[in-house]
Amino acid sequence: METILEINQLHKTYGALTAVDHISFKIKKGHVYGILGPNGSGKSTTLGMVLNVVNPTSGDYKWFEGTTSNHDALKRIGAIIERPNFYPSMSAIQNLELVCKIKNIDKSKIEEKLTIVDLLGRKHSKFSTYSLGMKQRLAIASALLNDPEILILDEPTNGLDPQGIRQIRDIIQKIASNGTTILLASHLLDEVEKVCTDVIVLRLGKMLYSGPVDEMNRNHGSIFIDASDRIALHNFLKNKPYAGTITTHDDGLEVKLYEDVDNAQINKEAFESGIILSKLVHRKQSLEDQFIELTNQN
Amino acid sequence: MKRLLDIEFHKFRYSKSSKVLTIIYLVIVVLMMLSGMIRIELNGFNGSFSDLGIFNFPLVWHISTYFTSFLKIFIAIVLVSLTANEYSNRTIKQNLIDGLSKKELILSKFYLALSLAILTTVVVFIASLILGLIYSDFDEPSIIFSQMGYLGAFFLAHLVFFCFCLFAGILVKRSAFALGFVFVWYIFEGILNIIAKIVDGLYDTSIYEWLTHILPLNAMSNLIKQPFTKIDLVESALNQITVEGIDFGYDIEWIDVASVCIWSALFIYMSYALLKKRDL
Repeated sequence: METILEINQLHKTYGALTAVDHISFKIKKGHVYGILGPNGSGKSTTLGMVLNVVNPTSGDYKWFEGTTSNHDALKRIGAIIERPNFYPSMSAIQNLELVCKIKNIDKSKIEEKLTIVDLLGRKHSKFSTYSLGMKQRLAIASALLNDPEILILDEPTNGLDPQGIRQIRDIIQKIASNGTTILLASHLLDEVEKVCTDVIVLRLGKMLYSGPVDEMNRNHGSIFIDASDRIALHNFLKNKPYAGTITTHDDGLEVKLYEDVDNAQINKEAFESGIILSKLVHRKQSLEDQFIELTNQN
Repeated sequence: MKRLLDIEFHKFRYSKSSKVLTIIYLVIVVLMMLSGMIRIELNGFNGSFSDLGIFNFPLVWHISTYFTSFLKIFIAIVLVSLTANEYSNRTIKQNLIDGLSKKELILSKFYLALSLAILTTVVVFIASLILGLIYSDFDEPSIIFSQMGYLGAFFLAHLVFFCFCLFAGILVKRSAFALGFVFVWYIFEGILNIIAKIVDGLYDTSIYEWLTHILPLNAMSNLIKQPFTKIDLVESALNQITVEGIDFGYDIEWIDVASVCIWSALFIYMSYALLKKRDL
């Protein structure tokens, strides 16, 4: 599969502070990637380096398998970082025309892209009169102008109200469904969980994980189980090969799983051992739990 | 080059400050043209400015370039604010992300400075030509188009000043502070000049003479020297009171031309080096 971006041992220090610590990963065409990490984990710095605005201390990166120069590669991608940056005294149209001139592309797509982000009605208003949500949507329209091979979004829903967040997410999902490769940096887990297929987890500039979302943690989740005779249930469970730590809650027992199990099988075995289950739920660990667990290691 | 100019003029066209200040510039140039009609009384002389002979070819080239030179500050404000606002609006970052290289970014700004220098020179050329054609006592083409070097010097003086402002905008990143920086630098050169004069007086050196050619703003203002003593009326008055031997030089000196060219190149290069080194 075609590699869009390859990052190799990218490293950035600001004085004594290490912002990004020898990070390497690859972005393949057609996937939706999430860069997850708490604030200050180096997400924006990493993106800044591959977008040619932050100079790496060491390491390198290659766009499109190194076939074009960096700033020509940037003409083939669409990116918005941190907050929308446009000329306040220009209208939406004028701002987008400027982007077309920079990217060396035709102006014909401006109206189409403004329609996608629902800004056509305000296309002649000055940028300075826009609300934050509208600015962010204009930024997305601008990033889409060249029908980019990859769309890079850095905290696209930061500072928006719930309605604005919803709008942006709908737009992202629509774009993703068209097969565009997306790289989405966020500290919001449900955001990444909803749209991403692959995830890169950063903490304090170090890469903790890179791979498919559902393989992020080898945990198989937990089962929540209850019966009237909890002591018998506990004894029944603790010898099972799939059972890890067992925690007692008010509403039953939580059993961490070592391997995938079949609920029906558990139910059958319990019944055969004379235990009648009043509750049996298998819950996959949420991305948030996995994320907290991952970032708390080391 | 066409693409970069197109990009830069797009930014220039839709900026409010650039519109306002360009209009002010043009209005003042027109007003100065009209000043030829103002009647004055001076030293027993009664008549309009034009009767002083200041609009005679080829003196008009010298007079008009000298007197409109100070107007470059209006255009400079436009350039400084256009450059510094790229930082405060963070559009410089977005431009780079959209695929403009750092080199192209500086080049596009330089092209803008170059075009504005050419444009102001053309405006002053046309204004002076009209003034001359109306008021001049001589109208032979060979006289009209003599001593045009002042226009060249005018262009170079503007170019180096615009490049300096561009550098200030990149260096300081805030338009008000960048203008402050230009002003502080102007004072700094003034102080150096005074110190040099004192040292020269004490040790019989010629540091001041060198500084007028070496420092960028000095060399810039030294390009076109004062034309007052060339005006007939002043000249005759001076001849009566001064002894022979005082020589006023009016010529454009090659060392100043070389100096401003080197400074222009240096300012552009330093802007590029600064931008390249910086994390945005």
